[in-house]
Amino acid sequence: MPSILSISGVSKTYATGFTALKEVNLDIERGEIFALLGPNGAGKTTLISIVCGIVNRSSGTVTVDGHDINRDYRAARSLIGLVPQELTIDAFESVWATVNYSRGLFGKPANPAFVEKVLRDLSLWEKRDAKAITLSGGMKRRLMIAKALSHEPRVLFLDEPTAGVDVELRQDMWAMVRRLREDGVTIILTTHYIEEAEAMADRVGVINRGEIILVENKAELMHKLGRKRLVMELRSPLTAIPETFSRYALELSPDGGQLTYTYDNQAERPGVASLIRDLEAGGIQFRDIDTQNSSLEEIFVNLVRREP
Amino acid sequence: MNLRAVWAIYRMEMARAFRTVLQSIVSPVISTSLYFVVFGSAIGSRITEIDGISYGAFIVPGLIMLSLLTQSISNASFAIYFPKFVGSIYELLSAPVSYLEIVIAYVGGAATKSILLGLIILATASLFVPLTIQHPFWMVGFLVLTAVTFSLFGFIIGIWAKSFEQLQLVPLLIITPLTFLGGSFYSIDMLPGIWRTVTLFNPVVYLISGFRWSFFGKSDVSVGVSLGMTIVFLLVCIAIVAWIFRTGYRLRN
Repeated sequence: MPSILSISGVSKTYATGFTALKEVNLDIERGEIFALLGPNGAGKTTLISIVCGIVNRSSGTVTVDGHDINRDYRAARSLIGLVPQELTIDAFESVWATVNYSRGLFGKPANPAFVEKVLRDLSLWEKRDAKAITLSGGMKRRLMIAKALSHEPRVLFLDEPTAGVDVELRQDMWAMVRRLREDGVTIILTTHYIEEAEAMADRVGVINRGEIILVENKAELMHKLGRKRLVMELRSPLTAIPETFSRYALELSPDGGQLTYTYDNQAERPGVASLIRDLEAGGIQFRDIDTQNSSLEEIFVNLVRREP
Repeated sequence: MNLRAVWAIYRMEMARAFRTVLQSIVSPVISTSLYFVVFGSAIGSRITEIDGISYGAFIVPGLIMLSLLTQSISNASFAIYFPKFVGSIYELLSAPVSYLEIVIAYVGGAATKSILLGLIILATASLFVPLTIQHPFWMVGFLVLTAVTFSLFGFIIGIWAKSFEQLQLVPLLIITPLTFLGGSFYSIDMLPGIWRTVTLFNPVVYLISGFRWSFFGKSDVSVGVSLGMTIVFLLVCIAIVAWIFRTGYRLRN
């Protein structure tokens, strides 16, 4: 099945001369959760803004479910829901009015029952008559999501959806995203919280300085780029790592009771077996041993740092 | 055509007016009454008639035009500037709506509000002076044409403006002086020769003159010229809006 969103050779240079995107190519599969990671100013929001029609691109093509975002903008845009990063709502409108407005704006006939369901799902129903200005930050974020969902989009962009929200709301949002995915909605989220991508995404893309530097299945990425750690609890503390172990990347905890070996699990000879042999030979005994995978966050930081 | 979107925007704009009913309706009624007290009674009592029309009645079309111009501009410019300012414009730009639909909805909303306002002022004025409208069809025609034209103009200002100060700049420094000097409170025949010629370069003169003709059948310049000038200004505004949308000027950049 063709991808639901296809971005091909998209560049953006702003009037100031700043190049935000360089020849970006990206295909999003139907029904997946795709996490776009990148440091501040990497071009995440610009890319989303181009796909959604908020910013004109300098070159390249974008299609949503086969519809070109310029030639066939009505069909393309009506498929997309966007929850932007900033809490930008008409402060003086009621929750009910502003969500219905969004639905009308996207050309959908009024459907109070559906809007009620969206508001109930987001715990906003009790606040339906409240003006947006009176809502808390978390509630405003829910309202932005309700507006985006009001017109039943097939592709949902969540730009930093959980920035500045409390743990409970974050959990709620993750649950909501999974529900949407079960209904067949494709979700593209940008985030700073790597654990969010780790917990939810099927695939991860990393963007840095306007270029996509990696797109990978999340599990494969963690496997491929992951470094592992072997942590050993020593029977008797060491004051220093003996010289004979200098060929291993070992770290000693400040109290001398824990020895950590970091290795590449993709390497042909990770060196675990030889290290254990050498430790025994050197008379260093341990009472417990544990291995840890590196997190997506570490992978991400390594990738971005590696860029010139 | 995404008529649902046009309706959604239009309804939202009208709701804004009714939410601020004090500012939208009560305030023009009060200021019109004040104009009548000051110009109609205090000063007007010393000016008996202009072109055979009592001074109180003479200023009514000018007063309506004064409010129509300033309100059309401020309604439309604020309507599009505010979402730009708070950032909620993202939704409009990402929606499946054409530029034409955006203009119809916003300009339609702004024009409707100022036409309602014009009619309220007319009703208030009729409490102070006896009024007859000789050409009601043309009166409504000028009212609608002017409201639409200046709402378009306001829309352009709203897109152009980068700050609240800029938003106020054109109405304050250009429109208000032009309106006051455009014959709202006097006939341009009352001006000395050279100023009469200078005044003819003021587009507002044509609007007020044409509108006044629809009331009293008398005008400073011919009705055809008035209508022509209004339509020319309308076309200029349409051309600018078309250019803004073709280039994405200050919207999609």
